[in-house]
Amino acid sequence: MRLRAALALLAAVFCMAAASDPAERLPDPAQEARAREIFKDVRCLVCQNESIDDSDAELAQDLRKLVREQVAAGRSESQIKQYLTDRYGEFVLLTPAFSAGNLALWLVPFLIVLAGAALLFARLRNRTPDAELSEDEAERLRRLADGETH
Amino acid sequence: MIAEVGAFALILALAVSVAQAALSAVARVRRSPVLAAAGEASALVAFLGVLVAFAALMHAFVTSDFSVANVAANSHSDKPLLYRVAGTWGSHEGSMLLWCLALTGYGAAAALVGRSLPAGLRALTISTQGVLGVVFLAYTVFASNPLARLSPAPVEGRSLNPLLQDPALAFHPPFLYAGYVGMSVVFSLGIAALIEGRVDAAWARWVRPWTLAAWSMLTVGITLGAFWAYYELGWGGWWFWDPVENASFMPWLVAAALLHSAIVTEKRGALPGWTVFLALASFSFSMLGAFLVRSGVLTSVHAFAVDPTRGVLLLMILGLSAGAGFGLFAWRAPSLAQGGVFAPISRESALVLNNILLAAATATVLLGTLFPLIREAATGEAISVGPPYFNLTFTPLMTALLILLPAGPLLAWKRGDARGAVQRLWAAALIAVAAGLLTLFLVSPKHAWGVAGVALGAWLIVGALAEILERVRAFRAPAAESLRRLTGLPRGAWGMTLAHLGLGVFVLGAVFETSWKVEAAETLPLGGALDAGAYHVVLQDIQAVQGPNYEAERAQLAVTRNGRPICAPSPERRFYPAGGQTTSEVGICYQGMSHVYVVLGERRAGQDGPVWLVRAYWNPWATLIFIGPTIMALGGLVSLSDRRLRLGIGRRKEQPA
Repeated sequence: MRLRAALALLAAVFCMAAASDPAERLPDPAQEARAREIFKDVRCLVCQNESIDDSDAELAQDLRKLVREQVAAGRSESQIKQYLTDRYGEFVLLTPAFSAGNLALWLVPFLIVLAGAALLFARLRNRTPDAELSEDEAERLRRLADGETH
Repeated sequence: MIAEVGAFALILALAVSVAQAALSAVARVRRSPVLAAAGEASALVAFLGVLVAFAALMHAFVTSDFSVANVAANSHSDKPLLYRVAGTWGSHEGSMLLWCLALTGYGAAAALVGRSLPAGLRALTISTQGVLGVVFLAYTVFASNPLARLSPAPVEGRSLNPLLQDPALAFHPPFLYAGYVGMSVVFSLGIAALIEGRVDAAWARWVRPWTLAAWSMLTVGITLGAFWAYYELGWGGWWFWDPVENASFMPWLVAAALLHSAIVTEKRGALPGWTVFLALASFSFSMLGAFLVRSGVLTSVHAFAVDPTRGVLLLMILGLSAGAGFGLFAWRAPSLAQGGVFAPISRESALVLNNILLAAATATVLLGTLFPLIREAATGEAISVGPPYFNLTFTPLMTALLILLPAGPLLAWKRGDARGAVQRLWAAALIAVAAGLLTLFLVSPKHAWGVAGVALGAWLIVGALAEILERVRAFRAPAAESLRRLTGLPRGAWGMTLAHLGLGVFVLGAVFETSWKVEAAETLPLGGALDAGAYHVVLQDIQAVQGPNYEAERAQLAVTRNGRPICAPSPERRFYPAGGQTTSEVGICYQGMSHVYVVLGERRAGQDGPVWLVRAYWNPWATLIFIGPTIMALGGLVSLSDRRLRLGIGRRKEQPA
């Protein structure tokens, strides 16, 4: 972790959508567009949390060259991503894989929604709302009401 | 000399905070008004102490006193005055001092305006605020002294990162911290309520103004940061799901949830436990943010003042404060009353749904930020969680929330009328669909998500307006009656409408900008041109410019549309010799709500003389991205000025019905 931070400082990148540099561009606009889509999901490994689409670092340039070559050679997006993960590990992709190790990452937010809904449902079932205010509630309402109840 | 006075005042503030915590706690136990008053006076003195220390540090920065280590490390005598002032909070030490200033400031404010709170609750709140003050002041005094001297003093300072020398960023931290630390009062109120064992409507009514104030400040702070990223980083992005951005976004989401759940607790006495939980969580997330940004555990584009050793200390502070808070919660919350009952279709249910979705959205941000660390620590495998993850999790959750949003305010408390709400919203739904269709036919290229997003933005804006129309019975009561109702609406209602409307404006801007932005980049010789959408950009001239602490190349460009001149932006590429960095000053032409955004890149050798890399973007409706949150923050402040919140409980006058 620390090593990576130090490397990033060494690279001292100033970033600005580096991938649009015309010197690097593929001649075929359709292929170039596909390459740009892939860049957005590939991490610049020495930078501080940037995709190779943004970074000006040398490594990012190399990775862009690599991806563009593969796109030009007609390889598919998944083939290229597979090639990158084989070479650099899962770390290189900005979208985490939907795998056993990342199960919590993908599922917890939706489990929270389910758990919340279940709790709400239980709370609603537990007590049927009564039509009239209880005496206690009416008293509280009198104390709280200030013209507007919104 | 002045630095020493400041350092002394800081130590004094620490000692007085100890007194504040102790006196107020004893005041609660003995039920002694005298001790309670002493505790409140201590809160004021602690604030004054930190204020003096802060003023001393600012003085050292303004006068470029390089015998103060922090000034030598983070300032330079060439720097313009504004950035010397902003340098006060531009470093780790200075920003922690700003944090302490806000913390004691909020403590003093709570002591000053808290008279209407029950004595016991008040004393415990002031005491908890004192404990927080002790913890953070002790950290500042012992581990991060901003006023430490350097001997021998250097002749010149090492300057501030030039990227940070920017007006938006100069004021970004004060707003951000006013937001982060504003949650401390809410945290203290939560602790106090748990100790007292009472979470009732009066308590919730007290939580709301502090949350509103802090949330509004945080909104402004985050927006300034996003605006800075937009025009300073030079590629037109404004939100990157970067860990540091996430660190500020999580407290914002939790505070937004708290604002809504506190309404339920205030109006109906329901959800007391959950509201207290959020009150504790909001400041815990603020502290988590302070830790994440400074500790270096995360790699980020803008991690700042990184120091792993002090990171451990901050982690301990976070662990102890949040741990104690949630421990107390686990112990006391089960004894809290359940509160009023409500039907499935009711304002309460709508607000609970809002909270479920906001909590889940916060969880995605938290997981996306911390999961890579956890996974790496547990298995040694490094993974990355980038923007695609958030687009797949956060965005659907938020979309669900935004679709439901306009219905919530139209439902009655206890038992709402679903059919009535639908009837009142069908016009808004029609307008939203029409807006989507209009976009589909008028805007090219076709973009399905963009069309859906525009419809959603319109739905929010029109839905917010429909709620106001409903309140004043527009078109159903005589116009005079509606007008009377309109002027009689409480500010809280206006605040809510503004906040929801601002959200819609933001959605419109964000959707338009991301869906229909156009990017172009070429290497141009003098006289060369490139096209970004309908705009034709010509590089006319390049000049060398000498700034106060930088050297620059400035481009003169001419932008035309269909041959008509539009504007003449002059972006710069700056080099700061003091730090050896290069930055870019973007040229932006404002075309209504849209921007032509031009960046000057590096000079290269071309075939016949030099060429320059020029990037031009067409960012449609980009201004709305920043106006939307500004309207939301304004809504928060309008709501804050509501007389219900200004006047104490029990001191309200009867209003004519």
